Amino acid sequence: MIGPSTESALPAIGRRRVIVCAGTGCVANGAYPVFQAFTDQIKAAGIAATTEFKAEESDQPGAPLRLNQSGCQGFCQMGPLVTILPEGILYTKVRLADVPEIVASTLVGHDIVKRLLYVDPGTKKPCQGVAEIPFYQRQQRFVLRECGTIDPASVEEYLTHGGYTAARKAITAMTPEGICREILQSGLRGRGGGGFPTGRKWEAARTQRSAKKYVICNADEGDPGAFMNRSVMEGNPHSVLEGLMIAARAIGADETLIYVRTEYPLAVARMKQAVKDAQRLGFLGTNAFGSGQTFTCEVLEGAGAFVCGEETAMIASIEGHRGMPRPKPPFPAQSGLWGKPTIINNVETLAHCVRIINEGAESFRKLGTAQSPGTKTFALTGHVANTGLIEVPFGTTLREIVIQIGGGITDRRGRIGPNNFKAVQIGGPSGGCLTADHLDLPLDYDSLRSVGAMIGSGGLVAMNQKTCMVSIARFFMDFTQRESCGKCVLCREGTRQMLTLLDDIIAGRATGETLVLLEKLAHAVQKGSLCGLGKSAPNPVLTTLRYFRAEYDAHVFHKCCPTGQCKALAKPSIDADKCKGCQACQKKCPVGAITGDRKQAHVIDPAKCTACGTCADTCKFDAVVGV
Amino acid sequence: MISNLNLETQGQPEAAPASAPLSKPSTKNSLAPAPFPKVALIIERHGRKPARLVPILQEVQEEYRYLPPDILSYVARSLNIAPARVFGVATFYAHFAIKPKGKHLVRLCDGTACHVKDSVPILDAIRFRLGVTEAQPTTRDLLFTVETVACLGACGLAPVLVVDDQVYGAMTPEKALAVLESVREQERKEPSP
Amino acid sequence: MTTSVPTKTLNIDGLDVAINGERNLLELIRKADIELPTFCYHSDLSVYGACRLCLVEIEGRGIQSACSTPPEAGLKVRTHTEEIREIRKISIELLLANHDQQCPTCLKSNSCQLKSVARQLGVDRVRFKRVHEPEPLDYSSVALIRDPNKCILCGDCVRFCAEVQSVGAIDFAYRGHDAAVLPAFGQGLGDGECINCGQCAAVCTTGALTPRPEIDEVWRALNDPTKFVVAQVAPAVRVALGEEFGLEPGVVTSGQMVAALKRLGFERVYDTSFAADLTVLEEANEFLRRKAKNENLPQFTSCCPGWVKFAEQYFPDLLPQLSTCRSPQQMLGALCKELLPAEINRERKDIVVVSVMPCTAKKFEAKRPEFTHDGSPDVDHVLTTQELARMIIEAGLRYDKLKPESYDMPMGFKTGAGVLFGNSGGVSEAVLRYAAEKVSGETLRSPDFHAVRGEDGLRLATVEIGGQVLKLAVVHGLKNARTLADKVRRGKTDLDLIEVMACPGGCIGGAGQPVSRNADVRRLRTRGIYDVDKNLDLHKSQENHFVNEVYTRHLGEIGGKRAHKLLHTCYVPRFPVEATPPATPGVTTTP
Repeated sequence: MIGPSTESALPAIGRRRVIVCAGTGCVANGAYPVFQAFTDQIKAAGIAATTEFKAEESDQPGAPLRLNQSGCQGFCQMGPLVTILPEGILYTKVRLADVPEIVASTLVGHDIVKRLLYVDPGTKKPCQGVAEIPFYQRQQRFVLRECGTIDPASVEEYLTHGGYTAARKAITAMTPEGICREILQSGLRGRGGGGFPTGRKWEAARTQRSAKKYVICNADEGDPGAFMNRSVMEGNPHSVLEGLMIAARAIGADETLIYVRTEYPLAVARMKQAVKDAQRLGFLGTNAFGSGQTFTCEVLEGAGAFVCGEETAMIASIEGHRGMPRPKPPFPAQSGLWGKPTIINNVETLAHCVRIINEGAESFRKLGTAQSPGTKTFALTGHVANTGLIEVPFGTTLREIVIQIGGGITDRRGRIGPNNFKAVQIGGPSGGCLTADHLDLPLDYDSLRSVGAMIGSGGLVAMNQKTCMVSIARFFMDFTQRESCGKCVLCREGTRQMLTLLDDIIAGRATGETLVLLEKLAHAVQKGSLCGLGKSAPNPVLTTLRYFRAEYDAHVFHKCCPTGQCKALAKPSIDADKCKGCQACQKKCPVGAITGDRKQAHVIDPAKCTACGTCADTCKFDAVVGV
Repeated sequence: MISNLNLETQGQPEAAPASAPLSKPSTKNSLAPAPFPKVALIIERHGRKPARLVPILQEVQEEYRYLPPDILSYVARSLNIAPARVFGVATFYAHFAIKPKGKHLVRLCDGTACHVKDSVPILDAIRFRLGVTEAQPTTRDLLFTVETVACLGACGLAPVLVVDDQVYGAMTPEKALAVLESVREQERKEPSP
Repeated sequence: MTTSVPTKTLNIDGLDVAINGERNLLELIRKADIELPTFCYHSDLSVYGACRLCLVEIEGRGIQSACSTPPEAGLKVRTHTEEIREIRKISIELLLANHDQQCPTCLKSNSCQLKSVARQLGVDRVRFKRVHEPEPLDYSSVALIRDPNKCILCGDCVRFCAEVQSVGAIDFAYRGHDAAVLPAFGQGLGDGECINCGQCAAVCTTGALTPRPEIDEVWRALNDPTKFVVAQVAPAVRVALGEEFGLEPGVVTSGQMVAALKRLGFERVYDTSFAADLTVLEEANEFLRRKAKNENLPQFTSCCPGWVKFAEQYFPDLLPQLSTCRSPQQMLGALCKELLPAEINRERKDIVVVSVMPCTAKKFEAKRPEFTHDGSPDVDHVLTTQELARMIIEAGLRYDKLKPESYDMPMGFKTGAGVLFGNSGGVSEAVLRYAAEKVSGETLRSPDFHAVRGEDGLRLATVEIGGQVLKLAVVHGLKNARTLADKVRRGKTDLDLIEVMACPGGCIGGAGQPVSRNADVRRLRTRGIYDVDKNLDLHKSQENHFVNEVYTRHLGEIGGKRAHKLLHTCYVPRFPVEATPPATPGVTTTP
């Protein structure tokens, strides 16, 4: 099965194109020099080429080769990615030195450079294009459809892909009521984590009587381990802007703002450029699409505070204050920015609205589940073979995501194996850890909530057997207690004390009381905190306590960390069945704690061992356990 | 003339009157020209609006690499807001520094993906080598500042190290130290300004 | 027959309670006589929602904070479910874990809300560890002490300073567990924009902010045989001191108070109201002179030291419009140091003037350099009402058993006008009582000017005296003062006289008064002040013959040269914060 992305992204005619992925992952791996090399080499080869998009050229067979950069194509693990059209060849891990060969073989000679193709680790077969790669096969690219093919810096190219038809339709041919109805019927729910029905939020703001209203795009993606919004903004900034204009029209706002995380400089630049282009073309301004209506948009940068993803904190930040949430009610839809009705929507939510307006609510509902229609992007990371940006319909199971798209779980040496899976952390610091028992859980807002996790912004981190769940809970607690704004007692002091209790557990100082107190405190913080950050902060602790209790018990009652990750509680030993007696570990052990004759199972002397883990790293047979 | 101290958030504040504090009569700074012309320019560009405090501080930090107290005072006076509020904002956001930062900014990603791929030993190794801590993140010679950052969005390359704007993926403690060594070597050969 | 409007009700713990325009559920719950604890809720301030103690369970909505929930008909509210009790206790435990629990030695021990709420909720242990390093105390201010180790970040001080006073001398800084309430740049409270009104300490729920005591210095002077120690007592003290000994607010105990001061060892006990009468004569004449010349109007009063520093900081251009009169405290101090040496045949340096004030800013005022001559300040020490009560307790005096005594003459003699200075509107009324007779040449039939009385933070009054129409404004709370001064600056008012008091309700609501978080207390104290006026024989400053005698014997004419030297002052514009704070941001660690 081929995702809709490839079908619609391929130009109808056979124009030659070279697309270099310029998403963050690929850039970090050297995509820019690769792009430059293509420019130079193509010129040197005497091929007529252009880097600029011209609408009138696109459907001419004899048009010059088009070379462009795209936004994130998702398959970050394999970057830099180079796509050659019209054949649809995907070259992976392209180095500078590979460029002359690609130009000579593929662009001049129409041959494929086989060694640069992705090889399916399961079948060992090289895959020529995305259609053959399992990572893409299971995906349904809805908001990411144009992401990765079009030149994000070219509004003209966006327009030829149907860009701004939805905003034009909303502003010139639809009533605000009509737009709200359509969005409500689509069943679209906020993609930022809460899952509140977008249509209801809009309707609440629309019916407020106020001459001034605001729409804010929440692009403050602060969740560690999530980069979906970044990819959409970098890969298709106009879709975000268009969604924002639809929302503004729907509630009767003339001013919109985009609040972007400052750690995303490229996204900031892309969004700013998009605003400029939209102004130039008369989409934004005092006479948007000739309708006589005014729509403005301003791009603001956050300054590094996770809590500013919370609506009221974001408003405080925009007003020039510390990003501290305030109690609701009043809700922003009643009294938001400068006390005016305001709606705040996530990047992905807004991007979805474009296609809903274009194609209708019914079309949107065809994907996903009844209660959670549509698709969701996830940042799939951690111990999976294929990390990257993915988009799947709600209702997809964890197994499909982790095993089929992600290509399976890797062990500490990067080997894929069926028994490596331990947990998936979903939803970042507000989410929870799920176990193998949940692999067949169809993912949607409600199913996840029922097991104590949440979609969150869509970070999805797979973890192998060597991951200590107590230490993962501590990692998230450390994050939230740093990011707590410090306003309400339960979050400020509670998250800090939860961290202290977890530290006690990890260091072997804990007793049964510690666990009881941790659980009580977690419940109090969850129920009593002022804002969503505090209310969801205990989720990683509560879910690990629920699903990995035995691991906590091992730390607390047996003073032992089964994975050996907690150094104070690591109890390394050698599995006599696996040990071949090669003495490699003996030679490497810095304190001489390992004894044993050649071809005899070795033994670690716990009195000498410092649990440094060198033996485990050295052993080729995975005979060292507990470190 | 200091007026209109904007402490409330109700209603969008208007720009302070053009004659505001810079030309304040009968105070000790009355005859002095604007003490920080670049900052004055930034503030002007933002229309002297207290609501623009965050972007103003961002631009000021761009200029000075950190936010010195006298500049924060100056910003407060120019926007007619309390210096304590400016200080409160400057210390709230992780992006702002109230102490000087080193010439090279070393940021290690400690997002979830990097964390599960063992970013912590890398951080420990870097801090140990440079002799810095979380509380004192800058080297004595002001060459390096070491920070952690919660996700750079390059999870596919975890663990990730960023030195200034250069991203290094799939790091190990050894590789990370080699990166720092090369920066230091470069400085030894031809110190950047 | 009248049609009955169906009352909207909601249900609290099984009781139906009528909704009557309450701003939030918390007010309604308290109206139903359920004492829901809070730290961060203060009826004068904006809703903050941080302490999480007023959590209630609302059917269908789960756990919500009552302070931020509007009352709606039909709600079913439970205030003490098992879950909520647990959350509240954990909240207190979390605070106590990092709170410096030196309760017996804490100045706030008797009025600490953290302590009383912990008792109320039955918190009998703290299961969490201390994770905060102790921090040095801030002794940089002469008026206040800041102890960061006791702060629970309820933010009442921050909001009072910003919302009521529009100063913003302290604010939240840093975040997460490092969050703290700090002056700008972490410098000392005394180094910045703080105007010393002390309302932060008055609203502080713990001992994190307290008036800086001078009790030890006063004891030392009293026990020093070479010193002649004189007390002066401000009008507002007499209606509040009794509260510290179990009396109702507003009950006047001047007699016992004077007796107590004498027993403590003060040689003379004077009444600051005497100097207030003097102030009336000086200030009214100054005003009438300005009015005649139509210059430097409207005239602002200058008896509130919080307001004076505020004006120096933010309205340097309006300083010529401030009355040049010293405050009554400083007038009386100057007179004591000027007149007493001859009278008792002692040197100036041997005379110690101690004032008892409802105010913390008076501590700052007394230490202004212009009020020190030859190394001897006009007022040596300033005690707050609270401090005087503590000295009385320290001395073991049973307040209720003290036999009333009288102030010493001549500077213990006052008219009702002088006493009115103790609450907002009083200075205006006192000046009017004088000016009306001076302008018209006729005797007032009734001394009362109800037009300037009231509780609103900004009151306007038009008064006709001798055919002349005067427009007055009375403000308390410096935010109101700022609003008005901004208008004056823009030339948008046609006012003649503006009375400014920094504290809510005027001096009776000063931060040196016994701690209360109740607006009713201010109302009762105000009533006490008006009662004193009513019960005195004389109501107009011009009738104070001792004041007139001081003029004939020592000062010469009103507003004359000698009067100017002793009774007037000048002001300096201040920059709010020096551009460069100390190299090591931090605070002075030694008192």
